[in-house]
Amino acid sequence: MTFIAKPKVAHPSLPRNALGFTRRDYEGALSTLCAGCGHDSITAAIVEACWGLSLEPQNLVKLSGIGCSSKTTAYFVSGGHGFNSVHGRMPSIATGANAANRRLSYIGVSGDGDTLSIGLGQFCHAVRRNLDMLYIIENNGVYGLTKGQFSASADIGSKAKKGETNLQPPIDPVLLALDLGATFVARSFSGDKRQLVPLIEAGLRHRGFALIDVLSPCVTFNDHEGSTKSYAYTREHYEPAVLADFVPREREITADYGAGEASEVTLHDGSRIVLRKLDADYDPADRQAAAAKVQERMSSGEYLTGLIYLDASGERPEFHQVNRTPEAPLNSLPYEALMPGRKALEKILARYR
Amino acid sequence: MDATDTSHPDHYHRVVDCQWACPAHTDVPEYIRLIAQGRFTDAYMVNRHSNVFPGILGRVCDRPCEPACRRGRVEAKPVAICRLKRVAADHRDDVTARLPKIPKVKNGKRIACIGAGCASLTVANDLMPLGYEVTIFEQFATPGGLMRTNIPAFRLPASVLDEEIGMILGMGVDLRLGHRVESLREMLEEGGFDAVFVGSGAPKGKELELPGREAAAANVHIGISWLESVAFGHIERIGERVLIIGVGNTAMDCCRTSLRLGAREVKVMARKPRAFFKASAWELEDAEEESVKIIVNRSPKAFVLEHGRLAGMTFECMEYELDSRGRITAERVTGEEFIPADDVILAIGQENAFPWIERDLGIEFNKWDVPVVDPTTFQSTRPGVFFGGDAAFGPKNIIWAVEHGHQAAISIHRHCQGEPLAERLPPGVTLQSRKMGMHEWSYANDYAPAERRLMPHVSLKERFKKINIEVELGFSAEQVAQEVQRCLNCDVQTVFSAKLCIECDACIDICPVDCLTITPNAPEEELRTQLKAPAKNLSQPLYVSAPLPQTRRVMVKDEDLCVHCGLCAERCPTAAWDMQKSHVHWPHAEDEARSLEQRKPKIA
Repeated sequence: MTFIAKPKVAHPSLPRNALGFTRRDYEGALSTLCAGCGHDSITAAIVEACWGLSLEPQNLVKLSGIGCSSKTTAYFVSGGHGFNSVHGRMPSIATGANAANRRLSYIGVSGDGDTLSIGLGQFCHAVRRNLDMLYIIENNGVYGLTKGQFSASADIGSKAKKGETNLQPPIDPVLLALDLGATFVARSFSGDKRQLVPLIEAGLRHRGFALIDVLSPCVTFNDHEGSTKSYAYTREHYEPAVLADFVPREREITADYGAGEASEVTLHDGSRIVLRKLDADYDPADRQAAAAKVQERMSSGEYLTGLIYLDASGERPEFHQVNRTPEAPLNSLPYEALMPGRKALEKILARYR
Repeated sequence: MDATDTSHPDHYHRVVDCQWACPAHTDVPEYIRLIAQGRFTDAYMVNRHSNVFPGILGRVCDRPCEPACRRGRVEAKPVAICRLKRVAADHRDDVTARLPKIPKVKNGKRIACIGAGCASLTVANDLMPLGYEVTIFEQFATPGGLMRTNIPAFRLPASVLDEEIGMILGMGVDLRLGHRVESLREMLEEGGFDAVFVGSGAPKGKELELPGREAAAANVHIGISWLESVAFGHIERIGERVLIIGVGNTAMDCCRTSLRLGAREVKVMARKPRAFFKASAWELEDAEEESVKIIVNRSPKAFVLEHGRLAGMTFECMEYELDSRGRITAERVTGEEFIPADDVILAIGQENAFPWIERDLGIEFNKWDVPVVDPTTFQSTRPGVFFGGDAAFGPKNIIWAVEHGHQAAISIHRHCQGEPLAERLPPGVTLQSRKMGMHEWSYANDYAPAERRLMPHVSLKERFKKINIEVELGFSAEQVAQEVQRCLNCDVQTVFSAKLCIECDACIDICPVDCLTITPNAPEEELRTQLKAPAKNLSQPLYVSAPLPQTRRVMVKDEDLCVHCGLCAERCPTAAWDMQKSHVHWPHAEDEARSLEQRKPKIA
């Protein structure tokens, strides 16, 4: 970690977004993670994405559990709302907050331990509920905060810093999310902001549960020879399948895509995702095929990355539709609506007598 | 782009914008840090090593360092470098013991310097410690040249001049005052000197030939001669209404001096708009603070006399058309204006004049009738005769003259030792890490957001009471404490070693001014647009690393706005970035002497 704060001085020609903010206005507190941590790069990507979307900081909710990853919500958008929950329980808090106010943007940042070990059940149900949030897993294969034990995402045969070999099979959050019906499933790498930033933008704008599993090397405990989540290994075994360019509603598509190269998906708010398939046979709208492809690449030791699966049709009901939550935030409802009174309670109780 | 060759001494030197811009390569960040530590004497000596006259230059330097200062690009205003130099000079202790030792046994070589200005004094300063016998010939009764005659005492007190010139004369220089050299032939043939250095300045003020000039002669003065007469007390009064023709720094000195000699209404007449003024911005400000009026777009036409005496001048009113880059494309006269005046001072430039150099000595003169001087060795076409200061390439300023003196001293030494002049020592750069521990760096790397401090002045009521009241008071202790922290420590360099980089992006994410990018290599034009913040300052070369080990991309740094906060090095997990203090070694005559000495065969 570092003790030297980033000075407030900025590049004088830093561009401003629709709200008149520069990227620097979306920064947060000084990071206390190890120098070179992949998580810090993801933080920078989130900052870039929030700036790019012209998010009003007060409309962003940052949720996390426990772990190195979960500390990072303090390091971006200091103007947003933050909640550091109990270990692995971030999805519950996200569900509650989401139920109370559906107008805010929810971003949950979790790690492989927080999501795939102690919080696995919570994670699964958040996916099932199709909770309207962006869930980022900062996945490094180790428990960094407790000095580098294998996590549930460590690959078989992967070596720890001291030389032990991992013998247990990994849980892959991408496959799990595909299986549980997630509508936006992506994988990326902290060292590739060109891929990651548009994914975060799209994930924040997607209605329903958006998962981005971000390979984020632990520079202290998992960046050695024999690790399968080091910077060097990830770069060598990293295979982008579908690149996603995010285009906000108010902007024209200016990039020049070759014929047949790109397809466009419109999100509920009118913004668009332009998908560029690097593998012509790959179909990111086919859940089974996507899962098969991920598995196939995994068996040969490759990480398939990019926007692996997207269902923006809205056919799969998301949390609010299922639970018929009110459009208006609970804090804006009149007292009478929130508190129907003794008579109403008696009526409900009467149903059980 | 090819990877940047950081072993070239210019690479790290030009990162230190102020030092790169300074003709004498003064180590500005180093002396500012010393001031910050209260080590004024050390700061003074760092200055003196390069610029010889810190007390003088701390008041009247032309400050090429300040427009170059990076702080001026990051923020609005540069560090007040010149003011801080004065702080070191004003608060230092006695430096006698730290001045170079002068050998008692001389080396048998005699050098003549013509004119006791800053160039000649620098030559003496560099050669005396090597055992040379230096004789300086000066036409006036006091040494200092234009520093004394042309810079008014309210900007540069005589005591400051005397002290710093005294340090050099105290080395045992043979100073011949009141000795005007009338013939170079005589000096070369009968003087018995091994080398002659001409540092006689550009002492001739330009004339303005207009109708009425001769008839009005009694009230029309040539700026630099007039200032000289004022400096020596020959002129003590001037009329109430004074016109100054020209807007250079001499004009500013003339108008402010006039106010101290009884003028009530002083107007500086400029032919062109303000953007074309030659005077330094701060000198214009200081003059305007004293209610001098600067009138633009007036081209002098004629001197007007009444009853045989100057009554004023007529001017043509000018109008200019400018192009998008601010250059004049057309001009026209829109009318005429008469402005009354009791005296007119012409400050439209000065020239070299060498009536005392015979043209058959083997010293070639060019078509403008100035001697042909080698820009590196400062030697004329006659071996053993050197030129420096304004005498070499026309009017510049003190700091250039000092550097000419340093370079001429190297040449004179090589000449006297029978070595070829051009094979001089090259400049060099050494680097030393500032890393002290896990998170400790031995320099103040936090960015201080303070704005530039303003120089306090003597009140307008007080300052005109005497001609030699120094207007600038110098910074207070509080001002110094704030101003020193504005320096960005550009000499604490970001040094990158590509083979250690794991491309984790930590440096790129943390850089507050977006000056780092990891990107596929490309031609420069393309690369400049691909960076995290586009590199628009084309005069600032990009740093491009060797290909990085994992992806073969390159690390590119646009030095333009780097604030040297050190966060890239602080955040780098592999120490691929390090903060290293660069020391630019710019050789002087003493270094030449040492190097020549080392090359001599040793006799056992």
